[in-house]
Amino acid sequence: MKVAVPEKIPAGRAAGYTTRRHRRFGDPIFSNLTLVFALVVVGLLIGMVIVLNIDAFPAIRKFGLNFISSVSWNAVTEEFGALPAIFGTLASSAIALVIAIPISLGAAIFLTEIAPSWIRGPASFLIEMLAAIPSVIIGLWGLFVMVPFVRSPIESWLGTHLGFLPLFQGPPFGVGFLAAGMILSIMVIPIITAMSRDVIRAVPDSQREAMLALGATRWEMIRRVTLPYCRSGLIGAVILGLGRALGETMAVTMVIGNSYAISASLFSPGATIASKIASEFSEATSGVYIGSLVELALVLFAVTLLVNVIARLLVWRMTSVKEAKE
Amino acid sequence: MLERGYLWRKWFNRLMLGLSSVAAGAGILLLALILGYTLAHGIAYLNLDLLTHVAKPAGEFGGGIRNEIIGSLILVAMASILALPVGLMAGIFLSDFASPRVAAAVRFAADVLAGVPSIVVGVFAYAIVVRPMHSYSAISAGVALAIIMIPIVARTTEESLHLVPNSMREAALALGITRWRAMMGVVVPGALTGIATGVMLAVARVAGETAPLIFTALGNNFGFQSLLKPISALPLLIYTHALSPYQDQQQQAWAAAFLLILLVLGISLLVRWISRRRNR
Repeated sequence: MKVAVPEKIPAGRAAGYTTRRHRRFGDPIFSNLTLVFALVVVGLLIGMVIVLNIDAFPAIRKFGLNFISSVSWNAVTEEFGALPAIFGTLASSAIALVIAIPISLGAAIFLTEIAPSWIRGPASFLIEMLAAIPSVIIGLWGLFVMVPFVRSPIESWLGTHLGFLPLFQGPPFGVGFLAAGMILSIMVIPIITAMSRDVIRAVPDSQREAMLALGATRWEMIRRVTLPYCRSGLIGAVILGLGRALGETMAVTMVIGNSYAISASLFSPGATIASKIASEFSEATSGVYIGSLVELALVLFAVTLLVNVIARLLVWRMTSVKEAKE
Repeated sequence: MLERGYLWRKWFNRLMLGLSSVAAGAGILLLALILGYTLAHGIAYLNLDLLTHVAKPAGEFGGGIRNEIIGSLILVAMASILALPVGLMAGIFLSDFASPRVAAAVRFAADVLAGVPSIVVGVFAYAIVVRPMHSYSAISAGVALAIIMIPIVARTTEESLHLVPNSMREAALALGITRWRAMMGVVVPGALTGIATGVMLAVARVAGETAPLIFTALGNNFGFQSLLKPISALPLLIYTHALSPYQDQQQQAWAAAFLLILLVLGISLLVRWISRRRNR
């Protein structure tokens, strides 16, 4: 719980220390120093936008808007397009969310509504611990443990039984969109769980009690009152997870198979924006080649920025309502 | 739903609550699977030679990861040196010196910066350090990691300072000392455990970062030479050796993953222990 913070102490100058000279100078120097370092934070962000735009300029000038819609990626003829990478990023993130949303929501409901209080703390901590594991280690585990498991039984089973769908056609490589989506879901589950736990906890108990008093079962209460009450916050939590999934690099690079193609099949290898940059940036030589990779980074930057801002607004609105009421 | 029979509602309730519990269990099971596998494999390949020897050419048996361990320590230390002054001062500014509107703007910038994918940070560090210096270098990697650390440190510092009661600030000022002395002598020490846990979390985060290192640190096979030269690091080794065809190198990747996970989870546990003691 937040300590109620009364009004800030007035700034040094306003407080009027005028008796000694060093007092007059010490405070303004210190507060301006903190301001300078705070401006470094803002400057880094603005600098990032400017620098990325400058570096991407050769590609922006050469390809224009075609960059987004073109599917070619040829370092010899210097024809570059982002569509397969954008497709791969969206596809792998979508798979991740399809897997992660039910698990995260269920876990959040468990942590707030079902679990006895002595389990809540440790269980929350364990799930959040999953978020602390470096992504390269999750990638390593994914490559050696999960990918063989995805190849068989998952993909071979889906191929034989649901192979008539375009989604499940083609040879089961193991590496590919499905593996990338699964590994991403592991990385976003702790994020979505923690955020939705916080917004569900922000629902006033009076709402729950009213529903229970009407004779609802616990699940009916959750389904009819708790979840609808914090719907926007839950959407924010999911979008926050999406922001993480879109930008995730190492684990995805290691299991997606790195082929620059668009395919309807979940089994086929692909690439994401992040994996494309990671695997080619240090080899890129010409200005247009580097420019294209930087433009990919710029696209990723813009998308994650948008997604994160939307998510923050939704979650912040939800949790601040409760704080204001208390 | 409410019109359905009582029995049906009762069992549906149990089913859904059960499924929720299963979902929570699945999350914990995933953690156990990844941790268990990595720890079991890592410790099997870990030995003193591995820790104290340097790498051998690919395909040749043996060799160790000493250079990578040293490289990682250097990178994290450098990132901390660069990021801590900025992060701490920005946090102090946010909590005690900013007007509400300016604070909101800086806070927003910090949150956005924290959400920038680490690979994009790497591209940025390449553009502002590697290209002007015409060389991949340890410094460029330190800068990239520092950019990732700064928003984390700034926000946790701000939050810890908010938790220091205002009466402490007022008591200090009432004694007649200046604001900055009150800040550094009373308020910051009062928030020190919170700030320290924030710093540790930031260190844990960047110690495992790989994406921004690929085209800044690059990695090398000769050990540490200079901050202006490429440098190797544990996460980079895991990435390159995981994709290596040699089993020996794959085993080194597992051993490196073991060390890294030990560090990161050790820090997480320590942070939890400290904050629980503080709350008591």
